[in-house]
Amino acid sequence: MTRFWTRLVVVLTVLTGLNYIAWRWAASLNWDAWWIALPLVIAETYSLIDVMLFGMTVWKLKIRKGAPPPPADATVDVFITTYNEDLDMVMTTALAAQKIRHPHSTWILDDGARPELKALAEEHGLGYVTRSGDWTPDLPRHAKAGNLNNALMQTDGEFLLILDADQIPEPDILEKTLGYFNNRRVALVQTPQYFSNVPADDPLGSQAPLFYGPIQQGKDGWNAAFFCGSNAILRREALMQLGLVGYVKETEKSIRRALAASRSAIRQARKSADVETPLVAEVLDEVEAATREAQQELEAGQPLSEITYRVRRRVDSAVQTLVLADVEALQSDLEEIAAMELAHVGESGVPVVADDAVQRMSRRDWSPLGALESVQAVLDALSVERNDEAQPVMPLATISVTEDMATAMRMHAMGWQSVYHHEVLAYGLAPEDLKTMLTQRLRWAQGTIQVLLRENPLVQKGLKLGQRLMYFATMWTYLSGYAAVIYFAAPIIYLLLGILPVTSLSWDFFVRFIPFMVVNQLLFAVAGRGIPTWRGQQYSLALFPTWIKACSTAARNVWFGRPLGFAVTPKARQSGGPSWSLIQPQIVVSVLLAVAAVVGIIRLATGLAEPLGTLVNVAWVIFDLVVMSILVRAVLYKGYEPAAEPANTERNPDGV
Amino acid sequence: MEFSYEVKDSYAEVKADGRLNMVSAPKLREFVTDVIAGGSNRIVVNLENTAFMDSSGLGALIGCLKAARQAGGDLRIAAVQPQVKMVLQLTSMDKVLTAYASAAEAFSND
Repeated sequence: MTRFWTRLVVVLTVLTGLNYIAWRWAASLNWDAWWIALPLVIAETYSLIDVMLFGMTVWKLKIRKGAPPPPADATVDVFITTYNEDLDMVMTTALAAQKIRHPHSTWILDDGARPELKALAEEHGLGYVTRSGDWTPDLPRHAKAGNLNNALMQTDGEFLLILDADQIPEPDILEKTLGYFNNRRVALVQTPQYFSNVPADDPLGSQAPLFYGPIQQGKDGWNAAFFCGSNAILRREALMQLGLVGYVKETEKSIRRALAASRSAIRQARKSADVETPLVAEVLDEVEAATREAQQELEAGQPLSEITYRVRRRVDSAVQTLVLADVEALQSDLEEIAAMELAHVGESGVPVVADDAVQRMSRRDWSPLGALESVQAVLDALSVERNDEAQPVMPLATISVTEDMATAMRMHAMGWQSVYHHEVLAYGLAPEDLKTMLTQRLRWAQGTIQVLLRENPLVQKGLKLGQRLMYFATMWTYLSGYAAVIYFAAPIIYLLLGILPVTSLSWDFFVRFIPFMVVNQLLFAVAGRGIPTWRGQQYSLALFPTWIKACSTAARNVWFGRPLGFAVTPKARQSGGPSWSLIQPQIVVSVLLAVAAVVGIIRLATGLAEPLGTLVNVAWVIFDLVVMSILVRAVLYKGYEPAAEPANTERNPDGV
Repeated sequence: MEFSYEVKDSYAEVKADGRLNMVSAPKLREFVTDVIAGGSNRIVVNLENTAFMDSSGLGALIGCLKAARQAGGDLRIAAVQPQVKMVLQLTSMDKVLTAYASAAEAFSND
């Protein structure tokens, strides 16, 4: 029944929305003020698309009745990922994980490699994993994805429960979720992330009831429930398949890149004045011939391992010729010396350089070719060992700082299924101050935009249309920062300058706009079934500087290889008093809005402005200021006072 | 690769800093030949800052030894680093070139 009403409201939202926006584009634009009229109508179109994607999400809202009983023999590794969190916190989570009822092994994945934590783990009989020797300092570490990938190579459970260091699991978390894997195509079961240190009014917007609710349930309906990094169970086989497919793809890409670079590297080596001996020129000829042949073989679709092996063999034998020539020259020098002065070369005569010494001197690390760095670099890249990564197989995606979303998308693209189980089965700790919260939101947004730019879901092979749009919908919401700026600018411009982006505020406007707005709010109310969504709406507008920063830094990172300025979200509260500087842009905008409202009213009083326009825009300003007001509470928030309410009230034992 | 030399009372000390490989080996040969032509035939090649040597580098070193002997002197090596030492042992060249602990010790016995 709920589904019927939800769908009805979705249809109404789309109809009223299209009716409004079509009129806006076709008949309402004030072209004299195109510089604000056009941005505003684009921002409104953006918002309509956002709402339509939300409508599409909840259209297929899936309410599951709980999982069948789990297979008794399923083996599970529970991973607790930590980097620098408080040891007490990690141990509390780890000991709770140990008490999970289904048979399992519990592992602490300590990226900080802290000896104290290792001792604690041993004391309590917990597994303890740090990066293996393969992760040398010169290779990328890939943060949490790297931590998990490392642990995957050192463990063997069929399923993996992943928990952040602060997510204390319930003993029945596996019993409630493993049964979904009876379906052989299911690769992921995600449960909500719920925070126990958040007061009822949630000043930092930490709980995400809309996301861990209708949005994930809707995505689940489209077989596109997201992996959110923690409180999720994954099928190892699916992850490994992902890692292997990725390995083959990356290897082929790097071989292609190396072959493309080889010609100029060889040309460069030939030009350099250092290479004068004809023998070196011959070796370069040989390298060139080998790479050309490799290129042809690659086009002919021959196996990468054979292609690279042949190149190596050919180059090796050329290098050996080079070493042999050096040794022969050396030998004849020695003989000349001996002829001059027998005594000095010892009684056994001229020493002879043995064959195996020549072999050794020809090996990659001592090869004379190493002197021609560009050529050596090409040859090194012509390999299947993936020397630029600590492990050839990287099951969790490393293209983004939010490895979870990228990984889930790749799994879906390979045909795996996912499940969203709507029941809180782990209790975490949310940031308790604005600064930490902003860092966390920035990181999520950056990661999401990275995935959008690196692997745009709209063009990923293997994804169904619905899945593409589900991923795209989440990415789309992170573009809201730009729209927010326009929504703040438009009323300021009208109230200060009297410039209206629409031709007139008449009956035509209200008759289209108001129904859309009303149905839109109704949609959130119906789809949310009474959950509080206002906090989320406030933050999606009020954090506009964070969203814009995320988009610009992620774009610079993906397109120009610049660092993101990535930081691990601290789990402990940051000390210090209220930090107003964190919301400087929002303060500036709020002051501008307030000033504009006052000026607008004065203009109205002096007859410079018309009543209706002023009324609408002052109302708009008031709405904007109410939205922003949450930030004042966020800055003043002093952290969670535990006595306020019991944390467990949210738990719904029925699994729905 | 950087070369430098300093004339001491009984020998000339040549320093070869960097990687002694196919590219830099001919330069060492040239450099030492010039030092010999300048009148020093007792040469110590100080290898304390030579982290790496390949077959070309080794060839150059023997070539320099030949040049020094032809000029009636000798060439000795000092302060050998691990990789270079391995190369010398592997090729039995340690029988031809004794590695002295320091440049000062190389000609101290004669």
